[in-house]
Amino acid sequence: MSKASSCSCGEKPADPKKPLLKWLGLCALGLVIWGLVYFKLAAFSSWLTYKLFHLPAGERFSLAVEFLFFETPKVLMLLVLIVFVLGVVRSFFSPQNTRRVLAGKSEFLGNILAAGLGVVTPFCSCSAVPLFIGFVTSGVPLGVTFSFLISAPLVNEIALVLLLGLFGWKIALIYLTTGLLLAVAAGWVIGRLKLEKFVEDWVYQTELGDESPQESPDWSQRIAHGVTAVEEIVGKVWLYVIIGIAVGAWIHGYVPEGLLAGIMGRAAWWSVPLAVLIGIPMYSNAAGIIPVVQALLSKGAALGTVLAFMMSVIGLSLPEAIILRKVLKPQLIAVFLGVVGLGILLIGYLFNLLPLEQILKP
Amino acid sequence: MKKIIVYGPGCPKCKQVEELARRVVKESGLEAVVEKVGDLKAMMAAGIISTPALAVDGAVKSTGRVPKPEEIKKWLEE
Repeated sequence: MSKASSCSCGEKPADPKKPLLKWLGLCALGLVIWGLVYFKLAAFSSWLTYKLFHLPAGERFSLAVEFLFFETPKVLMLLVLIVFVLGVVRSFFSPQNTRRVLAGKSEFLGNILAAGLGVVTPFCSCSAVPLFIGFVTSGVPLGVTFSFLISAPLVNEIALVLLLGLFGWKIALIYLTTGLLLAVAAGWVIGRLKLEKFVEDWVYQTELGDESPQESPDWSQRIAHGVTAVEEIVGKVWLYVIIGIAVGAWIHGYVPEGLLAGIMGRAAWWSVPLAVLIGIPMYSNAAGIIPVVQALLSKGAALGTVLAFMMSVIGLSLPEAIILRKVLKPQLIAVFLGVVGLGILLIGYLFNLLPLEQILKP
Repeated sequence: MKKIIVYGPGCPKCKQVEELARRVVKESGLEAVVEKVGDLKAMMAAGIISTPALAVDGAVKSTGRVPKPEEIKKWLEE
């Protein structure tokens, strides 16, 4: 249901001669339909649970089923909308342009720009190596390059959508802000440490050839970018979303309130480093992990602990570290994991110390 | 005879582009060979920092995405 609603603008066959106005009109229409469906979801899920399936009101099982029926289409619809919009936005950016912007920038400003561009530049961690070489050989400082490499996977649209859908906009905003700050700070620290000697020697000797000519898509192609992004990303993560929400629904229905306060609560100081250590080798996408984390939070886990766990799962991954080993010596990989891990630890403790529970009630 | 080079360090999307290029060549009946390059220095020499990338006769046509079959066909016919 989610697909038919928000993407009507993209499902029409692409005709490059159609003017921008027509595309905008179609998108506006799609958005209106999307909104109509989206704001009826709560009523629809309770109708499905109590009228169609005749589940008794107030029972644990019914609540879990209602939660599943409500959250799944909601999150998928948000995902379709935001991935589409960001897909169109990303068609304005490219790694080549980002590199040009960052080359020769002073460190601090460069770190900030790199973290911001990491969010909107199309990037796949499998091309982290060519991107890394391209950046450092064309004069982007090492620390600035790291700011980009930290922010690109950490602050991603899937994480933001799930946080927005399941936690509300305040936590989504906190995640966005702390994620960007982490990327800026960790990149800056790595830059200050002067670690260029721990980049594999051949990297700086590599000659970067003339740039490939830039593609300049027209509006129908930009819209097509958005549709492709939806097909790719939603096609890849929808199952994780459903499984994650189902596990979350089960936790909501069956795990007693406050059970986790002892082990994941703010009083347990060791839970933050433990969350980071468990999170680093875990490689799950945000779609699977966030619904579970949301349920944990509602059962007494502390926000900082949960945030730290989420960031280390999403932002620090072993496969990416292994890929980067091609261009970085082990010492630099260790510093990278260490600095980012430490940053996440600080964020975890900070949010456990701040009295935020009241503000964050959805 | 045109020469298509697909650049990629071995990600799933890179394989996808290679297969796609082979399919387009086969189905269109155009004369072309498809080669896959995973060497990073060759990528850098071609100015590619975002993969998968596709070049026809040395001219890079697309980077960082999986092109549409029609696009590949158009580039081959140019």
